[in-house]
Order: sequence, then C-alpha cells, then structure tokens
Amino acid sequence: MLSASWALAGAGFRRYATYRQATVAGIFTNSVFGFLRCYVLLAVAAGTAAGVAGYTGPQLATYVWVGQGMLAVVNSWTMLDLADRVRSGDITADLLRPIDPLWTYLWTDLGRAGFAMLTRFAAPLVVGALAFELYAPAHAVTYVLFAVSIVLAVVVGFACRYLVGLTAFWLLDIRGVSMIWVFLSGVGSGLYFPLALLPDWLSTFLWIGTPFASLLQGPLDILVERGGPEILALQLFWAVALLWACRVVQARAVAKLVIQGG
Amino acid sequence: MYGHVLRAQIRSQTQYRMSFVVEVIGSVVINGLDLATVFVLFSVAGSLGGFGGTEVLLLTTLSACAFAVADLVVGNADKLRDYVRTGLFDTLLLRPLSALWQLLAVNFAPRRVGRAVQGLVLYVVALAIADIDWDLARAVYAVGAPVAGAVFFGSFFIAGSTVAFWWVESGEMANAFTYGGKDFSAYPSTMYDGWFRTVFASALGFGFVAYLPTLALVGRADPLGAPDWLRWCSPVTALIAAALAALFWRTGVRHYRSTGS
Repeated sequence: MLSASWALAGAGFRRYATYRQATVAGIFTNSVFGFLRCYVLLAVAAGTAAGVAGYTGPQLATYVWVGQGMLAVVNSWTMLDLADRVRSGDITADLLRPIDPLWTYLWTDLGRAGFAMLTRFAAPLVVGALAFELYAPAHAVTYVLFAVSIVLAVVVGFACRYLVGLTAFWLLDIRGVSMIWVFLSGVGSGLYFPLALLPDWLSTFLWIGTPFASLLQGPLDILVERGGPEILALQLFWAVALLWACRVVQARAVAKLVIQGG
Repeated sequence: MYGHVLRAQIRSQTQYRMSFVVEVIGSVVINGLDLATVFVLFSVAGSLGGFGGTEVLLLTTLSACAFAVADLVVGNADKLRDYVRTGLFDTLLLRPLSALWQLLAVNFAPRRVGRAVQGLVLYVVALAIADIDWDLARAVYAVGAPVAGAVFFGSFFIAGSTVAFWWVESGEMANAFTYGGKDFSAYPSTMYDGWFRTVFASALGFGFVAYLPTLALVGRADPLGAPDWLRWCSPVTALIAAALAALFWRTGVRHYRSTGS
C-alpha cells in the first residue's frame, strides 16, 4: 500500500514536471499579480496610521508573495478530471482497481503539489524577496508548522475539489458547482486581502464555519507568526471531516451508479 | 454573415436556460466581488492613493466597465490556442471571411452580457455622484473613455492570444496583461511604485484606461506629474494599441503552419 502511494505521488510529480512551458508561464503570471497586490496592500498600509488589521509592511508583503506561490500548490482553481471520468463512464475502471479512487487521486495530487512547491511556490518567493522586504519568521519552529500547514492545506483543497467532482454522479455537468466553488474559495481563503479586514462576525464565520481559511489564510498567518498550532488543529479537523465526507458521498454515488454506454 | 453565426451561437448557448441564467448571475456576482475588494481596502484607509470615495468609485467602475465590454466582444480570442493546437484554425482560413472575426463570432459567449451591463450601470452611477464640473469636452470624454478603454483591453486580448501562433502553452501568461491590466487600472496609479509602475502605467499604457481619464473628468492635475493634456489622450493610445495588435495578428496568421492532421 505504502509503495503504491509513493508510486502514485511520483507519477503526479512527473506528470506535471513535463509541463515546463506552462510552469514558466504560470510563474510569470503569479509574479505580476504579486507585484499588483503587494503594491496595493502596502499603499493601503501607508495611508493609515492604524495599519492593515495589525499586519506590518513586511508581513503584508510576505502574505501576498507566499500567497501567490501557494495558489498553484493548493491549486483550487483547477478541477480534478474526476468529473470527466464520471461523465464518460471511465470511473468504472477506476472503481475496479485495488486502490480506492479517493486515495489514488489524493496521492497523485500530493505529488503534483510537491512539484508545484519546487517551482510555482519557490520562484515567486524569490522575485518577491528581491523586490520587497519580506517578513522572516523569528522562531525556527514556525518553518516546521508552516510545512505541516501547507500539506494540510493541499489535503483540504483536494478534498473540496473531489467533493465538487463527485457531484458529477448526480449532475453530470459540474460547471455551475465548480464556478460557485472557485468564487467562494477565492474570497473566503484570503486570496484578495487578509480576512481580518472583514467585519469580525464574517471573518470568524469564514475561519470556523468554512474550510476556506484553511486553504491560504491559515498557513499564511502561521508563516507571519500571527497564529500557531491552533490553526493546524483547525486544518486537521477540516482535512479529516472533508475526507470522511468524500468517502460517504462516494459510497452513495457508487450505490446509484449507472454505467453510461452499457 | 457574422450576424448569422452570432445568432446561432446565442441560440445554442441559451438552450439550457437554467445553466445560462446561473452562469450570467455567477459572473455578475464575481464581478461585484472585484468592486467589493476595492471597497474593503478603501474602508481600511479612508482613501486610496490620495483619492477620495467618489473618485475611486469612478476610476474603478470605468476600468471594470471597459474590461467587461472588451471581454464580451473579444475575450474569447484566447480560444485560438485550441484552434492552433488541433489544427482547427485551417477551417477558419478556408472560409472567405476574416479569420479573427470568425473566431470571435463562433466563440461568442452571451453570458458575459450580464457583466457588461452591470459595469455600464455602475459607471453611470459613479458619474452621477462624482464631483464633475460638466462641460461639452467632459461629456464627450465620459462616453469616449470607456470605449477607448475597451478597445485598449481588447487589443491586449487579441495580442495575448496571438502569441499562441508561436507558443501554444502561453495561455496563463496573457492573463498577466489582460486580467493583470484590469487589476492595475482598477486602482489609482499612485498606489504603485518603481519600475513596475513605469512599465504598467506608461510603457504598456494601462494608466490611460481609467486613471488619467478620471483625473480629466474630475479636473485634478496628475500627482505623478503627467502634463494636463495627456489626461485626454486615452483614445489616441487605444488606437495605437489596436493598430499594433492588428499588425501582430497579421504576422501571426502568416506564421501559422497547420498541424497537418
């Protein structure tokens, strides 16, 4: 089982490693948006004595640039090909394999995220560090917490996209659902601005009541040392709860499975 | 001829009425969210880049309106990538119509109408509440600026997708200039700094989309030191951008070698 997991993760890694031009194009785009968002947030911070919800300038710069890097690692904008395989009926072949498709997809996605860490995450961070003063964590343990937090963020993001993909068993066409997901996960995860800028009730709800904050805001707050292990606990809760939901929903989906094309 | 293609496309896309309605509403909500982001950041500082509420609103809605119109008319040019990769572009070249207009008509996405209408309405509201000393020149410019902005964004859409003739995998890179340009022009240029501002505002010209026209409409001199007459020049830069994009497109089509499959 374990060796199969590694093989799947390795396959995910290698598959994305072949898209070299797309990786370069993606890094370029992430960097441009890094400049845009960073300048805007820093200008807002400079325009107010109170600061941006307690973030210092370097913390904001780190927030933006690491956030741009994590975007490709968590990859919440790209749907899994699960829905296509459900629509075409190929999913039946996946269900016959000795490993549950949930775990196959999870390990492949972790491999993909690993490649993204080395390229899409690292490169914008270097660009950001050259152009802006970034926040360096004061404690060594922060790096460890951040590393764990990223892995949990990838798992949470994966489980959400898997759930979106599973709706194809009922809807066949998931465009509507994935549009809602992209919309909610973008604003709810703190991609455009830190959630702390929102009214208290709204940011508390997004943190506790939804998995979105676990995608970006959580890991980023750990890195700029505005939060610690309690964020990891929250992420762990969402990762376990969502994977469990994936299992339950998948079991129901399989129970009603109609194989297209006989 | 293009009318026929367009009508057929609109008919086919509105066939699944529910799905179409959901997509229109979805894109309007997402667009509204962009504006909400500006509002959230504005409320933190009470001003953005030295500009007050009505000025920021005018600038942001002008940029959003111009982008939404450009996206509606030529945003689907990025489908060119698939045409080049699959060799389907051959079929466009075979017909006795302009390849570019065919590409745009065949991929026309009526769901984007919602966003364009929304952008236009918000722009008119912003014009109404902004502190503008109306005269003939300003009235003409208030109408001309979003048109010029749309032509300007449209040129970037066309130029960005034309890159696919040489580099099929370039997709995301064009986003840096189309969606990135939209983000840039949604805020006053004074918020940016260094070579990045020089490149986006002056060299690429995104300062002409909303920032300079807004200054002209509300009658403020540019804090960054651009001469006053330059604030009125966005139609000129739009025409230059369109001419360059057209030239680039022609070069691209000449360079096109079919996949042969």
